[in-house]
Amino acid sequence: MAAALRNVTTYDLKLAAPLALGFVVFFITPLVILLALSFQADPQGSHYGLTQYVNFLGDRFSLGVLGSTLWLGVKVTALTLLLGYPVAWLHQRAPSWAKGTIMLLVLLPLLTSVVVRTFAWVVILGRQGIVNASLAGLGLIDTPLKLLYTESGVVIALAQVQMPLMVLPLITALSRIDPNLADASSVLGSGHWRTFRKVILPLSLPGIVAGCLLTYAAAITAFITQSLIGGGQMLFMPMYIYQQASTLQNWPFAAAISIVFLVAVLVVVSIFNALGRLSRGYTNA
Amino acid sequence: MTNRRIDFDALSFRIVMTGVALLALALLAAPTIVVIWVSFTSGYSLKFPPPGYSLRWYVELWNAWQLQFAMMNSLKVAFWATALSILLGVAASLGIARSASLTARVLDSLFLSPLVLPALAFGLSSLMFFSLVGVPVSPLTLIIGHTVVSVPFVVRNTVASLAQMNPALLEASASLGASRWHSFRRITLPLIRPGILAGGFIAFMASFDNVPVSLFLRDAATDMLPIRMWQDLEGKLDVTVAALSGVLIVVTIALMLVMERVAGLSKRLT
Repeated sequence: MAAALRNVTTYDLKLAAPLALGFVVFFITPLVILLALSFQADPQGSHYGLTQYVNFLGDRFSLGVLGSTLWLGVKVTALTLLLGYPVAWLHQRAPSWAKGTIMLLVLLPLLTSVVVRTFAWVVILGRQGIVNASLAGLGLIDTPLKLLYTESGVVIALAQVQMPLMVLPLITALSRIDPNLADASSVLGSGHWRTFRKVILPLSLPGIVAGCLLTYAAAITAFITQSLIGGGQMLFMPMYIYQQASTLQNWPFAAAISIVFLVAVLVVVSIFNALGRLSRGYTNA
Repeated sequence: MTNRRIDFDALSFRIVMTGVALLALALLAAPTIVVIWVSFTSGYSLKFPPPGYSLRWYVELWNAWQLQFAMMNSLKVAFWATALSILLGVAASLGIARSASLTARVLDSLFLSPLVLPALAFGLSSLMFFSLVGVPVSPLTLIIGHTVVSVPFVVRNTVASLAQMNPALLEASASLGASRWHSFRRITLPLIRPGILAGGFIAFMASFDNVPVSLFLRDAATDMLPIRMWQDLEGKLDVTVAALSGVLIVVTIALMLVMERVAGLSKRLT
């Protein structure tokens, strides 16, 4: 009887078979082919070897592109955390009408088209854009500042585009913290800054780790924003892959860069996941 | 003296946190406001502030057949990718959500993995796959690729809803003589419907907005809206694109408010 009852609450694992099959054919197989192709020494596939990887790792330019992409992610994630944490904090304390407004402001960028969001930054940062028009209007500058097609421009735009991915996990983490802990801390004589540093911040670590992971992964792969705000002079990994694959038709090299990029992303994801486990252990202790 | 020190401490903390939060919220809202503002310009460029205001670019949109064509393609692909994602994703979620087996855990990670993998690398690998098996790119390959990157949103939200469901309800239903199918339709489905709706909505938006997969898997005749807009923006800063962006923003906000009401969207994303 007990077995029969347990049975009605679960569904057959076979229900997952169609999607699993689809993923094997249209997701795993392509990735295996990508890996295989990356070992082709030339586009004709006459022989196999590590040529493409040697080319990539021995080339200062390619390594520079990889390095600047990973570093771009660090800068965007740091800025997003710095700006996003107070938003989550304010959401936690706001009256319910303000909560709704904050939530709408946070969710809107997440669901608006990336092209639209990026396009807005072109208008804001451009030579005749809002920033330059305002600064010139105030008499602070004579010639327009170069903001578009700079790395700072890319970092600011990406921080805005990816901020929801940081704020949402932080809101979840902050809402799980027992408010009595902060009260206890202040009753015991800690000031607000100290309570924040010693109680709130450590307890929200799982949210910080989750937010950083999502933001970082999204920032380094954000093809559209990188290329529209960065322009032609700045090259990051996604555009590099696209150029090699599409414009130059060098599939084996494109495949090798993709694999290097995939591995880099997976390493970062595993580091964050390990940190996440550590932080949850810390929070539960 | 101590009191004043604590007051300063409290005040400085509140001012810094609220100040940065308001700055961040302004940063979040700025692009949306700016796009809508400049889309009403009467001029030919995206100069700020606009020389005058008019609805001319919205009228222009009526004749922008290239954008309209691309929009129809994007809507069709997003529709089919979402339908497939819901069909396959909900079935898969039912299979894995309440199972503690290793297979179920592995499948769960597999189904969510397109979320963190660079979509561009997946798009390229799909193109290699289809050309190797001799299938030319077409709207069908596009729909398949979009389904792979959209289905994680459905799986994540449906699995979360199933995890929150009280299994005692199903036991009660079964002990009262309901068949499994009847219990599914009358109990499980109504309880997880908001999760499916929210997941389907996000999946639709993700597909509609996708560039990296479309770049590789579309054929020359299938122009997709985000790619069309992106190329228009790379070439010239076209004000028609601003008007179209204005329309997309308004539609998105309207859909968000509807989804918030019927599916509690914001609760599902946090």
